[in-house]
Amino acid sequence: MLIINCPYCGPRDQSEFSNGGEAHVKRPDGSKEIGDREWGEYVFIRANPKGLFYERWVHTHGCRKWFNCVRDTSTDEILVTYKLDEKKPNLNDFKSVVKTPSGEPEVGSGNFTVEK
Amino acid sequence: MKKKYSIFSLAKNALSGHKDWQKMWRSPEPREFYDVIIIGGGGHGLGTAYYLAKEHGLKNIAVIEKGWLGGGNTGRNTTIIRSNYLWDDSAHLYEHSLKLWENLSSELNYNVMFSQRGVMNLAHNEHDIKEIKRRVSANNLNGIDSFWLSKEEIQKKVPIMNTDNLRYPVLGASYQPRGGVARHDAIAWGFAMRADEMGVDIIQNCEAHQIRTKNGTIEGVETSKGFLRANKVGVVASGHTGVLAESAGIRLPLQSKPLQALVSEPIKPIIDTVVMSSAVHAYVSQSDKGELVIGAGTDSYNSFTQRGGFNIIEDTIRAMVELYPVFGKMKMLRQWGGIVDICPDASPIISKCDIEGLFFNCGWGTGGFKATPGSANVFAHTIAKNEPHQINSAFNLDRFASGRLVDEHGAAAVAH
Repeated sequence: MLIINCPYCGPRDQSEFSNGGEAHVKRPDGSKEIGDREWGEYVFIRANPKGLFYERWVHTHGCRKWFNCVRDTSTDEILVTYKLDEKKPNLNDFKSVVKTPSGEPEVGSGNFTVEK
Repeated sequence: MKKKYSIFSLAKNALSGHKDWQKMWRSPEPREFYDVIIIGGGGHGLGTAYYLAKEHGLKNIAVIEKGWLGGGNTGRNTTIIRSNYLWDDSAHLYEHSLKLWENLSSELNYNVMFSQRGVMNLAHNEHDIKEIKRRVSANNLNGIDSFWLSKEEIQKKVPIMNTDNLRYPVLGASYQPRGGVARHDAIAWGFAMRADEMGVDIIQNCEAHQIRTKNGTIEGVETSKGFLRANKVGVVASGHTGVLAESAGIRLPLQSKPLQALVSEPIKPIIDTVVMSSAVHAYVSQSDKGELVIGAGTDSYNSFTQRGGFNIIEDTIRAMVELYPVFGKMKMLRQWGGIVDICPDASPIISKCDIEGLFFNCGWGTGGFKATPGSANVFAHTIAKNEPHQINSAFNLDRFASGRLVDEHGAAAVAH
């Protein structure tokens, strides 16, 4: 279970939060011109990386505010949480433990504990 | 050489102390070029290689697997098999698979322990009743055995179930007698052995790093054992399919999440059917060893950690103990999580894509095991002919542009 640092309330148990999927998804411009395929991508396709991932959470059973987060999906380590109006952090500032291109961490299967 | 298993081979090997059993498959070093490379040595991938060799006469095939055979979701599920899906497209696909299951042990001459003990899907409220009855009718129209059980009939079949004294009382259920469970390892090993006999190279500990393409055509796969050239590549990597597709510049509508299951300590026979409930989220069957095999849900967030959150187990155990108070003092033996790839419409993708020679079989989400032989069979057809089989033509990638989705959220066991 995760401890999530709500930018408004501080660290709380994951059971207070709901996940909102990928963050920073932009609705395509020029809705009259774009085709079905591009619309389909906007509606159905979301990033699904093994490694660093921008995502949204909402503090459902708390302040009920939405915020963004960078989490490593190969370890579930939360690297930073930030408010919606704050600048998107640069992923290069974080170290990813994913070692191989297909995304396997060194010990395999993501079954390990992050050493602090 | 064809390996035969019978009471005589068992007796013969017993006399020699079981030291002379043949290896079930070779462990070859990869060749430089293959007609078809299948990425992913689970049931679906090995089955695909088997049917490619058997039904389509292809011989130069490799299955590459980053770990060991069946070590991914094939070995991390609750082995439930059924075909009671709502829409025609899905019903045909899962029924195709169920029919193959029924004959698989004799076809492979290898016991996959398919046990047709029936599958029950519980209704806990008015809406459930309507949805499940609708599904039963749809199944009957498609020639699938499925009927409605009243509460009294459920009590008769599963006397240990608490149907009344709980937050969401049991009001009825659908029942598919031909459904059941099978041995998860056996399906991978059976397909692997028979594919190997037909010359398929099964290469374990060989991780696919990147799918290489050139001018919209497949070139091969960059692996931990070097670059392997191929005319065609089929990706059957469940939760990691999206990661591999990305390496070829293709974005798939998949989200990867851990799905958990757990087993209890072994007990005497107590439940002789499979009972599923998506409303309170608990499903259970009893293995031949006597363990209760319990299915839990997915985490709410994307993750590749093969363990899953503890709150998910808590939810499932809570529902289990309410439905079966007799299990209240049991101990759980072990728990595991597999990474499933969930599609927006809870239906799979068995399709070619923009890159010539690249095929995907993914998006099985929380219910891929039941489909193993059927999925492998139609995927082999799709790869061999460059065209989908009639059964999987609806499960293409184009549906996310055309909007012709196959919405199976109701029939999928795990709500997502």
